[in-house]
Amino acid sequence: MRHIVSLLVENEAGALSRISGLFSARGYNIESLTVATTEDPTLSRMTIITNGSERIIEQITKQLHKLIDVVKLQDMTEGNVIEREMMFVKVKANGESQRAEVHRLSDIFRARIIDVTDTTFCIELTGSGGKLDAYINAMHENNIVEVVRSGSMGILRGEKALTL
Amino acid sequence: MELSGSEIIIQFLKDEGVKHLFGYPGGAVLHIYDALQKQDDVMHILVRHEQGATHAADGYARATGKPGVCLVTSGPGATNAVTGIATAYMDSIPLVVLTGQVPSHAIGSDAFQEVDAVGITRPCVKHNFLVKDLNKLAETLKKAFYVATTGRPGPVVVDIPKDITAPHIKIPYKYPEKIEVRSYNPNFKGHPRQIKRAVDLLLGAKRPMIYTGGGIILDNASEELRKFVRKLGYPITQTLMGLGAYPGTDPLFIGLLGMHGTYEANMSMYECDVLICIGARFDDRITGVTSKFCPYAQIIHIDIDPASISKIVTADVPIVGGAKQVLNEMLKILDKTESKSDQTALQAWWQRIKSWQAQDSFAYDKNSDLIQPQAAVEELYKVTNGDAYITSDVGQHQMFAAQFYPFDEPRRWINSGGLGTMGFGLPAAMGVKLAFPDKDVACITGEGSIQMCIQELSTCLQYDTPVKIINLNNRYLGMVRQWQEFFYEKRYSHVYMDSLPDFVKLAEAYGHVGILVEKPADLHDAMVEAFKLKDRTVFLDIITDREANVYPMISAGKAHNEMDISPLQQQKQASLKAGGETV
Repeated sequence: MRHIVSLLVENEAGALSRISGLFSARGYNIESLTVATTEDPTLSRMTIITNGSERIIEQITKQLHKLIDVVKLQDMTEGNVIEREMMFVKVKANGESQRAEVHRLSDIFRARIIDVTDTTFCIELTGSGGKLDAYINAMHENNIVEVVRSGSMGILRGEKALTL
Repeated sequence: MELSGSEIIIQFLKDEGVKHLFGYPGGAVLHIYDALQKQDDVMHILVRHEQGATHAADGYARATGKPGVCLVTSGPGATNAVTGIATAYMDSIPLVVLTGQVPSHAIGSDAFQEVDAVGITRPCVKHNFLVKDLNKLAETLKKAFYVATTGRPGPVVVDIPKDITAPHIKIPYKYPEKIEVRSYNPNFKGHPRQIKRAVDLLLGAKRPMIYTGGGIILDNASEELRKFVRKLGYPITQTLMGLGAYPGTDPLFIGLLGMHGTYEANMSMYECDVLICIGARFDDRITGVTSKFCPYAQIIHIDIDPASISKIVTADVPIVGGAKQVLNEMLKILDKTESKSDQTALQAWWQRIKSWQAQDSFAYDKNSDLIQPQAAVEELYKVTNGDAYITSDVGQHQMFAAQFYPFDEPRRWINSGGLGTMGFGLPAAMGVKLAFPDKDVACITGEGSIQMCIQELSTCLQYDTPVKIINLNNRYLGMVRQWQEFFYEKRYSHVYMDSLPDFVKLAEAYGHVGILVEKPADLHDAMVEAFKLKDRTVFLDIITDREANVYPMISAGKAHNEMDISPLQQQKQASLKAGGETV
């Protein structure tokens, strides 16, 4: 099953490789991993999307906990989680009809066009992974120049929070 | 007090109570070695290879319970230490390994003798550090010792760039008495309700089994374990790592567990209805095939490491806590409780176990013209009164040592259980002898293993560590040969050791005593002679039966009740059956 695991880790060189190294050494899957510093400069917040049986997920969380650089950890899958991913797409935009088509599609998905040239559009889109997939699928394959996805981030609704 | 980085390292080691430092100098640690030679409090042992340094420190740690400390240079110094670090990691042994690093400004430039020591050791350390700031050196060293020795212990590497140790840059130093690591809280206490559940389950058992491992020794919980086992009167088996925690000669101890464990221990595992595991981790050499592991048992698992619980085998009663603390809590409940275990069922269970014991699964040919390796270990036991520190290498001799030298005290049996590192035995023995100069220390080895760290014979002379090397020389890589005999129809592939050195002359060349033993009749006298030479390292080259096998054996994919047993046990089984006994 797919799981969203959020971590607070020491903002130190090597912390990321300890975590990614754990996944590769023990043969666990990483679907996506995002990381950046928090409001506290000594801490980084990481969101890992992984999948596996309940037993594997239990091992993943326990092994992550064991790493000295991991300060706090939460498996958000069961909770009321908001999950978002951000994507940039660069598409070809030649001629009126193609440009109008991209516009219309972006409106439907509430995407924003953030850069325009005579021949291209850059589009920014935020949402669940499924929504981003749908946008790409709706766009004519030949039109896509490049896709940049951030990987998912997660946060719990309400008062529950992953803080120190 | 204003000190340079090098002086801080040495002063810190003194303040931390470190008496022995195993190391090898090189470019990146020259400043540290300069500070080292200006003092006498920390004794440096110059090994002949960095692998020897880590194993020696490891043996020292296992025997004393104190962390072992190493100092090696950058590049090859660090990579040579990796095998020893991984060995300690697999067996949860507290080590602190200081590795020199090229100067900070040169890191990443492919400088001479540069490797990413932190990167290379990351998967086989509990934690590691790269010191980037001289002002954080003392604090980092304290963290290293704290992390290495607490919770589930393990090796910690501190990588120190050369500029950090420069003699002309001095800063104020104060020994950091206490340290906190916000993301690390190793003090788990067993949950009271779970502990109560465990005791209830144990008291309700009809065929109980106690299975313990190295965790008892690491947590110094032998006393508590002994009280606990004796109070219940239940059978106990121990893993290779756990031997000695409960006395090997006690009648409640039914022998080594696992791949080469006793018939009775393995059969008891298969048939038990309640299993309590304390400080062990259900290693594959213990469980056999997990789908048929303890099929009738409810399982209680006590471990300091939450990740060990339900990793291999699902625990019905998981308890995260130190062995000592949880055993004490269970003893308190047992003292107070009115309920008693079912004595009739327990008697019947012991009867069953005794019927297995009667088959004598370790039996070997005592009338052979050839020296049987088992006989050599038994002789060693007699000559040392069972009171020696025994280190071993890896292979058949290791199993014979575990089977035939019953340890009555913890920390006496020192071997590489998890990683199975050949070459471990001799340097480890050296480390033990440094810690306990007045005790007998013997290394049980084979002609294959001993050659993997033979260079340390030189160190033994320099630092006067008179250990006894019991070389069970069968001219084969015995364990591999045994597997090729059993599973590859005797197609012996590269297990024959041709062109062996004359070990007697080799020992003499290193300044030691060598004794060749070729006949069973000479074994006793040679062994006595070796231990009489108190102040000499003695190399006993014992020519043993080439094709002796380790029995019983649980082969791959088999369960505890599917052991291959020795021809002698098969005969015994047949005769017991003929006499109307159930087997």
